[in-house]
Amino acid sequence: MVSNNFEYFAPETFDEAARLLAKYRDDGKIVAGGYSLIPLMKLRLASPSVLIDIGGIDELRSITSNGGGLSVGSMATYYEISRSAAVQSAAPALAEAAGQVADVQVRNRGTIGGSLAHSDPAGDLPAVFLALGGTIVAKTRRGSREIAADRFFVDLLTTALRPTEIITEIRFPSAGARSGSAYAKFANKASHYAVAGVAALVTLGADGTVTDARVAVTGVGSKATRAKRTERILKGKEPTASVIRRASDRAAVELAGDVTDDIHASAEYREHLAKVMAENAITSAVERAGG
Amino acid sequence: MVVQIGDSVRRIEDPRLITGNGTYVDDVVLPGLLHLSIVRSPYAHAKITRIDVSAAVNIPGVVAAFTAADLADQLGSLPVGWIVEGTKLPDHPPLAIDTVRYVGDAVAVVVADDKAIAVDAAESVTVDYEQLPVVVGSEEAQKPDAPQLHAEAPENIAFEWEVNGGDWEAAAREAEVVVKQKIINQRLIPNAMETRGVVADYNPGSKQLTLWSSTQIPHLLRMLFSAVTGHPESRVRVIAPEVGGAFGSKLYIYAEEVITGIVAKQLGRPVKWIEGRQENYQATTHGRDHVTYAEIIGKRDGTILGLRCTVHANVGAYLSTFAPLIPTIYFGLMLAGQYKIRAIGCKTFGVFTNTTPVDAYRGAGRPEATYLVERMVDLFAQEIKRDPVAVRRKNMIGAFRRGHEVPTGVMYDTGNYKGTLNKALEMFDYRGFRKEQRAARREGRLLGVGFSCYVEISGAAPSAVAASLGAGAGLWESNTVRVHPTGSVTVYTGTSPHGQGHETSFAQIASAELGIDIDNIEVLHGDTDRQQFGTGTFGSRSIAVGGGALSLSLKKVLAKAKEIAAHQMGVSDSQVDFVNGNFVVEDIPERSMGFAEIAWEAYHAKDLPHGMEPGLEATSFFDPANFTWPFGCHIAVVEINQDTGDVKLIRYIGVDDVGNIINPMILAGMVHGGAAQGIGQALWETAVYSDDGQLITGSMLDYAVPNAKNLPSFELGHTVTPTRENPLGAKGAGETGTIAASPAVVNACVDALKHIGVTHIDMPVTSEKVWRLLDAAGKARPRRK
Amino acid sequence: MSYEITVSVNGTEYTDSVEPRLLLADYLRDTLGLTGTHIGCDTTSCGACTILLDGSSVKSCTLFAVQANGHSVTTVEGLAKDGELHPVQAAFHEEHGLQCGFCTPGMMISIAQLLDRNPNPTEAEIREGILGNLCRCTGYHNIVKAAQTAAQTAAGGS
Repeated sequence: MVSNNFEYFAPETFDEAARLLAKYRDDGKIVAGGYSLIPLMKLRLASPSVLIDIGGIDELRSITSNGGGLSVGSMATYYEISRSAAVQSAAPALAEAAGQVADVQVRNRGTIGGSLAHSDPAGDLPAVFLALGGTIVAKTRRGSREIAADRFFVDLLTTALRPTEIITEIRFPSAGARSGSAYAKFANKASHYAVAGVAALVTLGADGTVTDARVAVTGVGSKATRAKRTERILKGKEPTASVIRRASDRAAVELAGDVTDDIHASAEYREHLAKVMAENAITSAVERAGG
Repeated sequence: MVVQIGDSVRRIEDPRLITGNGTYVDDVVLPGLLHLSIVRSPYAHAKITRIDVSAAVNIPGVVAAFTAADLADQLGSLPVGWIVEGTKLPDHPPLAIDTVRYVGDAVAVVVADDKAIAVDAAESVTVDYEQLPVVVGSEEAQKPDAPQLHAEAPENIAFEWEVNGGDWEAAAREAEVVVKQKIINQRLIPNAMETRGVVADYNPGSKQLTLWSSTQIPHLLRMLFSAVTGHPESRVRVIAPEVGGAFGSKLYIYAEEVITGIVAKQLGRPVKWIEGRQENYQATTHGRDHVTYAEIIGKRDGTILGLRCTVHANVGAYLSTFAPLIPTIYFGLMLAGQYKIRAIGCKTFGVFTNTTPVDAYRGAGRPEATYLVERMVDLFAQEIKRDPVAVRRKNMIGAFRRGHEVPTGVMYDTGNYKGTLNKALEMFDYRGFRKEQRAARREGRLLGVGFSCYVEISGAAPSAVAASLGAGAGLWESNTVRVHPTGSVTVYTGTSPHGQGHETSFAQIASAELGIDIDNIEVLHGDTDRQQFGTGTFGSRSIAVGGGALSLSLKKVLAKAKEIAAHQMGVSDSQVDFVNGNFVVEDIPERSMGFAEIAWEAYHAKDLPHGMEPGLEATSFFDPANFTWPFGCHIAVVEINQDTGDVKLIRYIGVDDVGNIINPMILAGMVHGGAAQGIGQALWETAVYSDDGQLITGSMLDYAVPNAKNLPSFELGHTVTPTRENPLGAKGAGETGTIAASPAVVNACVDALKHIGVTHIDMPVTSEKVWRLLDAAGKARPRRK
Repeated sequence: MSYEITVSVNGTEYTDSVEPRLLLADYLRDTLGLTGTHIGCDTTSCGACTILLDGSSVKSCTLFAVQANGHSVTTVEGLAKDGELHPVQAAFHEEHGLQCGFCTPGMMISIAQLLDRNPNPTEAEIREGILGNLCRCTGYHNIVKAAQTAAQTAAGGS
């Protein structure tokens, strides 16, 4: 397995990386951990002629939380995220999903920024990013903009990121008191990717009813997708087992017509798994919210 | 340390392997080494209309490119080594000449001085194809309008084979129950962790060609290489270095071995080819792939009267070296299992399809047979509403020590089947489990238990019998024991391991027999220049046959040493005993000579018995009178998730009887790994082709090799019923786990679902299949409390 | 195009000029001759090539050598110290944690990583810790035992 050859840059600062990307645009590709990109390059399914390695830019690794929310540097690895006390308390679904990505070696090397930029349809983090209502900070050498999760995933392996933009940070808003989040996944027995994975964020009111719910599904369609019907059913209701069941049963409605059908799972079975994983994730999220 | 047979001696192989000092074929580096890359067909069936290598050879660093036409005079057809009567033998060119017949068929090769450039160059070769219709299934390929792969094989039938034992009509007249079932034994990919690879080095002066190959059969490979290429066998040296697993998949002569050797000869420079994993999935043989129609008949009291089946065995696009053996002798003759079945019938069609060739994979025919027998016995028990253990016990052949002939005509050596069943049940607590199962079901948890009582055929030999069944070569094994002048010993064996620890087991046998420190014994294997021609490692034969040869050599060495000792101590041979490594004169313990002392005397030769030749070594060829027949009982317990249908294996018990045990630690390791492969087949593994012949499970991302998280720890036990077929009393032990496991696990899955009327699920028992069964019964995803 | 890299491997600094597309696994094996690191798949699946990069286990087939510039690598050849086997190596021998030995270097590195982070793992944690390492010979049974034994040795037990 040998990739095509390429020119390699390892900038030490963000500005340098942004300048290189602006220079090479479509020929250039940012490599973070490389665990999404390099396998494709080895198979020659991707052959960028310039690789810009942002692994040496330490400022992109920090994880911080404050009253206003959680900020995760794009180069934070799955392992760092899964073990971060800040993430575990502020966004348990994120820690849970990061701890379930592939295997230890992949978690040691793969990064949240790389995962989101690649936006694999069966990746774990895209669903969490959607459910937690995160925001991507994308920078160029000229400036930066924020991209809300709901606008980020465009199509199969396609995001709203522009060719000259680099993800520097992922922000998650504070979910507030009586909120809980969780991620549940049915993993492929070979690749450990999600055959179906669901992330849920549930906020309860003082009376125990659901005041807010965000649920997102991965692995089922061509991109991670919000399950808005599910959310709607939950909202305003007491999250009893039967309400959760009823809501979960609508988890794949938004994906109708776009459900993957392959040797690992038929479309029908994937939809079923989406429901089961939704039920598992919502149930845990409600428990964590104190419901 | 002097060790004994039966000790769990720690392995001699380990120190080099745990420190990174093993030499696998990709670790072989020679000055001026070139790298070879193969252009393979992307189509399952096509005519080659043009091959253009000009762009490739123009890449700087590329040394040469070859097509079949360039090497025609040196590349004969790859041979078939086991031919059942009537086998069709179409040409199997190492490089496709005008037609490709499966995705991965080799079309051209490029050679470069750098590995990466070789890959670039292979990509630059242009091949024009004219696509032909494709057939991938063995039943479909037999249809009259199916695409034909070879003109010599109408309806794509490579061979037909049949065995009928006992009087089926009489049995049928007595039968009260008939159960029929279509059973699919799916195609598997062996997945040795090391892929194949070859390094070839040619010396134009001496005309000596050396091949390092990751193979189980260095001697047979040398012989076959010579036959295919015309290069004299005496000028070929094959070395099997450290081999990183094989499980049958490195038991053949492969196109790449021939091509790499001939290219090195052509260029006069050393050449290396290392298979990639995706390449391995296409170019290395697959296993199993049977579609079977089976029928079991019997009485309501649980008596089994007959079992018969028709098998459509997919052999792939060409016959691999041992392909005809697997779904015939190793399958059909084993259909009695452990039972007194009066009539047995098997009709096998070996069928060409546009897929990777299928040959032996761990167990090779016996897992398919055991799966069929043990699944059908369960179906029969379920039909007559009797306990599966009770039905097995009722029909089980009683203990025997002097052979037992079954209707298929084979003679089991020794057996005590109720012994292994009882032992397994002791370890399991069957009654307790049934109680727990009922209680669990009330709580909404689905548990199931499955049993597999197997007997298998191991120790591939004896040559004359094998030849009468189609073997194209002898199946004996060779051994040399060479005692050096200072008393250390080298054991040369014709077998050639791929991870089983032969160096330890063979040294252990020699240490025990000669009474010398195991550290003073070296075992050498896998090099045709160092060892006498031998057969190799497959079919669990190394200890049963190779160990037998070692025993014979040790006895010869000891006899000669004893003669020298008696002579030098001035007594007759009969007055000398060999005790703890010393030759002692009977009743006079102070008169003794050590083994090393005798070794020295044998070489010094100053005072040997009259007419005795100097030196102390012996060579033996062991060709036993029968195969050996290990047996046992394995039990699997599964829990099924009703929400997803996912099956979790929660307990696995294996009781095996492999006769005398040389090294219990190594035996247990074999059973663990073997069982994992059988469990993998039962639950996860499957090679899937699209209708147009593309391998959909083309990498480890799609083909589920069992991982640590999905397997439990194993609970093992054994009984000991020695064989009389070899001097060690040991039976082959390398495949029992694989043979036993898949029916145990599938029977457990069916058991967990029998309350909803499930009687059979084809492998692999995926979560989706289970969910569909639960869903159809309205039992999927019960309400949560 | 070639780039000069300096990598500390098993405590020794190496400076080499490499093509950017050279994988770290190939650099270790072919350039440095450290052939204990094996390559078993094309798809970051099998873990035979697992090494420690700055103390974290990674699959060296999914990194370019240039990415290791300025970093430190530990391979199987660097596990033993001063002629003493690493507890994981000793445990693999004692518990028969290997057969063909091909997956073993990567497997041992993964267990070394696991025990470094979690000195007293449960069986389930061990199995999760080696999920990224495939073995076709052992059924993992004795590998799990070896990890348990190594944990005990490291803790000073018997």
